[in-house]
Amino acid sequence: MANTRTTPSGTPTNVTQKHTRGGIGESTLRPDGTLKVTGEFAYSSDMWHEDMLWGQTLRSTVAHAEIVSIDVSEALAMPGVYSVLTYDDLPAEMKNYGLEIQDTPVLANGRVRHHGEPVALVAADHPETARRAAAKIKIDYRELPLVTDEASALAADAPLVHEGRDDHHAGHVPHPNIVHRQPIIRGNVEEARKRADVIVEGEYTFGMQDQAFLGPESGLAVPGEDGGVDLYVATQWLHSDLKQIAPVLGLPEEKVRMTLSGVGGAFGGREDISMQIHACLLALATNKPVKIVYNRFESFFGHVHRHPAKLHYEHGATKDGKLTHMKCRIVLDGGAYASASPAVVGNASSLSVGPYVLDDVDIEAIALYTNNPPCGAMRGFGAVQACFAYEAQMDKLAAKLGMDPVEFRQLNAMEMGTVMPTGQVVDSPAPVAELLRRVKARPLPPERQWESAGEGADVRALPGGLSNTTHGEGVVRGVGYAVGIKNVGFSEGFDDYSTARVRLEVINGEPVAMVHTAMAEVGQGGVTVHAQIARTELGVTQVTIHPADTQVGSAGSTSASRQTYMTGGAVKNTCEHVREALLEMGRRKNGSYHPAWAHAELLLEGGKVVTDGGEVLADIADILEDEAIDLELEFRHRPTVPFDLKTGQGDGHVQYTFAAHRAVVEVDTELGLVKVVELATAQDVGKALNMLSVVGQIQGGTTQGLGVAVMEEIIVDPKTAKVRNPSFTDYLIPTILDTPTIPVDVLELADPNAPYGLRGLGEAPTLSSTPAVLAAIRQATGLELNKTPIRPEALTGTL
Amino acid sequence: MRVNFTVNGRQQEADDVWEGESLLYVLRERLGLPGSKNACEQGECGSCTVRLDGVPVCSCLVAAGQVEGRDVVTVEGLADFAKQRAEHGHGGACAAGGGCGTKGVSTDEAKRWSARPGDSRTGEGVELSNIQQAFIDAGAVQCGFCTPGLLVQADELLERNADPSDQDIREALSGNLCRCTGYEKILDAVRLAAARQGEAL
Repeated sequence: MANTRTTPSGTPTNVTQKHTRGGIGESTLRPDGTLKVTGEFAYSSDMWHEDMLWGQTLRSTVAHAEIVSIDVSEALAMPGVYSVLTYDDLPAEMKNYGLEIQDTPVLANGRVRHHGEPVALVAADHPETARRAAAKIKIDYRELPLVTDEASALAADAPLVHEGRDDHHAGHVPHPNIVHRQPIIRGNVEEARKRADVIVEGEYTFGMQDQAFLGPESGLAVPGEDGGVDLYVATQWLHSDLKQIAPVLGLPEEKVRMTLSGVGGAFGGREDISMQIHACLLALATNKPVKIVYNRFESFFGHVHRHPAKLHYEHGATKDGKLTHMKCRIVLDGGAYASASPAVVGNASSLSVGPYVLDDVDIEAIALYTNNPPCGAMRGFGAVQACFAYEAQMDKLAAKLGMDPVEFRQLNAMEMGTVMPTGQVVDSPAPVAELLRRVKARPLPPERQWESAGEGADVRALPGGLSNTTHGEGVVRGVGYAVGIKNVGFSEGFDDYSTARVRLEVINGEPVAMVHTAMAEVGQGGVTVHAQIARTELGVTQVTIHPADTQVGSAGSTSASRQTYMTGGAVKNTCEHVREALLEMGRRKNGSYHPAWAHAELLLEGGKVVTDGGEVLADIADILEDEAIDLELEFRHRPTVPFDLKTGQGDGHVQYTFAAHRAVVEVDTELGLVKVVELATAQDVGKALNMLSVVGQIQGGTTQGLGVAVMEEIIVDPKTAKVRNPSFTDYLIPTILDTPTIPVDVLELADPNAPYGLRGLGEAPTLSSTPAVLAAIRQATGLELNKTPIRPEALTGTL
Repeated sequence: MRVNFTVNGRQQEADDVWEGESLLYVLRERLGLPGSKNACEQGECGSCTVRLDGVPVCSCLVAAGQVEGRDVVTVEGLADFAKQRAEHGHGGACAAGGGCGTKGVSTDEAKRWSARPGDSRTGEGVELSNIQQAFIDAGAVQCGFCTPGLLVQADELLERNADPSDQDIREALSGNLCRCTGYEKILDAVRLAAARQGEAL
């Protein structure tokens, strides 16, 4: 695999070069690597405690119903069962939780709003006993009419998914079954349309994607002697969980002590509460430790999914290839509870134009309340659905104009200084045209690679793979391009901060830094870069990463591509203050010995205080002696403002991030089977703190985009609103045979506003990967293909 | 029921096993070996892969009673297993009675987890098998939940095919799902392990 790393000359950079081994910019290895390859890393499902019980959740078998009665007597009578809880057993005034709107019942209160909603809990001494006891709980449902799409949600006689809404979006939405609506109006679309020589319209459908992290929702709650609870759990944001958990337990936050256990992936699916509250309730009710581990079936019901969407787009362009206007309407299905829907709406609307210059736009995005499964955060967060649609539009426009699709995009590509539809000026590098140039310039993979083995066809390189469905007959190649834009960090005026505690002391004669944050390490490698940052800023070799817990201030969420920027920034910031404190200590103790202490620029390198000329003034260890410097500080990105509710205007985003893809596919046109041959990508990451991790993130994100292009979709029966494929047998994610070579081209154009100039990078690759694959399949087959994922029947006309 | 079998070279006896329990459950919850992972518990993801009498299997699909008298190697025993193989020229169990890692995870241990000074946790100071070290070095580990199953499967591939082509690697690992990496660095790791194995010969 070829990774190239390019810093064009003349790039602004605020990075000072330092020489401590294992600092930023090096591909240091994961500090948890050994534990993870030996099986010793403690994931949340591995937790164990003496006398521990197993918790089981009973979930609704129907999507929308009144609960007429619940009879738990048979379950309670089973040997080995310690507790059965329903809504009536909830201990506090507060019965609901939610990320932004507290509309989600801990346990159903007389009504269920979606298939798989938690109704009752069981604790027993064996997981199978708990499962069987849950099955003995008798629930009498009276089914209610369903709301499943925009038409049924907004019909005159539509049942309201939530009656009597008093949340802060309730006042401005046109219908109570709309969670949030964000229009963006800029320029004058009606006037601009008159300048258009060509106009293309499209209706696009994006399927419901699952995060499909491999480590199931799980954790252990241990009741404390003080009436509180210790909770070991896998999450993306400890402090957000804590804020939602403590009130429904009726406990002050300090009595809910949370420790992050090993997290088996997240991708947005752990932003919401799953088993956290349930395990605590059972632990407090039984006064015994309680472990809950979802199996894969339950996991599909245990977390929110990516919003399925319907998107209507109209674009115009002049005959010389300049975009004139864009009009779009994006309808996201938020399902039964709000979760992150309002923020997803904000992203979908504000990023709906893509990375293009468009001065005249008329945009509307809404999220619906329905009786479908709740949808919320997933990698790409609203920008993914929009990118799928606007990139299809770009290809249609280019085709209509007879232009090359890459050249057409480059002609309209945004750059630094471009004004977004929200009025926000893009004030750091936006190398959209360059990213496209790079993926296009890469040599194409050889044709008919299945013949390269010599004798016979290697079916593993063909569509259909080991099913041996073709040896090349009916196989057609296609190439497609796409580019996308994603925001980084929490937007729209949210007070987004992170906290880092850093302690510097001497252990066994050597200076050691300890970094303590509440950042959820979900696999992204935050723990690796925190150690690198501490080494760079403090000039030490030894760095200890403290376990993440709620004994330190919030780190914010491991989402929105924000953690290296935010908690990395917090670690850098605290280290800088620790450094200043150390130098102050040095001046106090040694200042009289050398004039450089007073006026020279002093650095920490290789365990020593040195001048910028390289002269060693003192060992860090000798300055500290037996003292420790221990600071905990908050770090904020620059403030943002909410989007205006009528015009969508406002500097709502912190930073933008860009990636481009070129997909090469081979399609068996007779059977409708697709083989993605190569998925090349180029991305600007501002500054790669750890190139090995950067490339890993980009390849992983690209693969999730590939999945939703050709196989991934949670299928919800429109007649019953029930999930039809909650398993890895029926919900397919890419295997190593489905995933092609992913060459990565990394640009490092510094953002002067960000720590080290870095740009959040985790989500951008998931955006453009999907439309690039779709474009390649369209080119191979000549089909329009306005829905993702593409299934064989869509390619063979047997749909 | 009681089940007697060998795990990582050590004779194990699991008592009070309910007939419906899987080998995976017995390993994780009764023997304190949580390294084999519970990602799908339906034989689709490969994260629970162990060697059963040398053959890679999804331990979630093996009923505990089926392993009576048989020999199991898990990721916890992989380093010793590979060492024994290198010394004796065949796939064997860990040293009899010696055991190859039978530690459970208590909350105290989980709390104490951290990258200690002097132990960078990247392979130094710990004896790892070739494939384990290659996964660390190539960046093939992110969240790590798929890693134990992939290691057991990839180790078995290199045992029978010292110089696999990329397509051979893909075919051998096609039953192991990974959601983080996009597999490219897993391929890198297996290639690296194969190359190092070749150099060592």
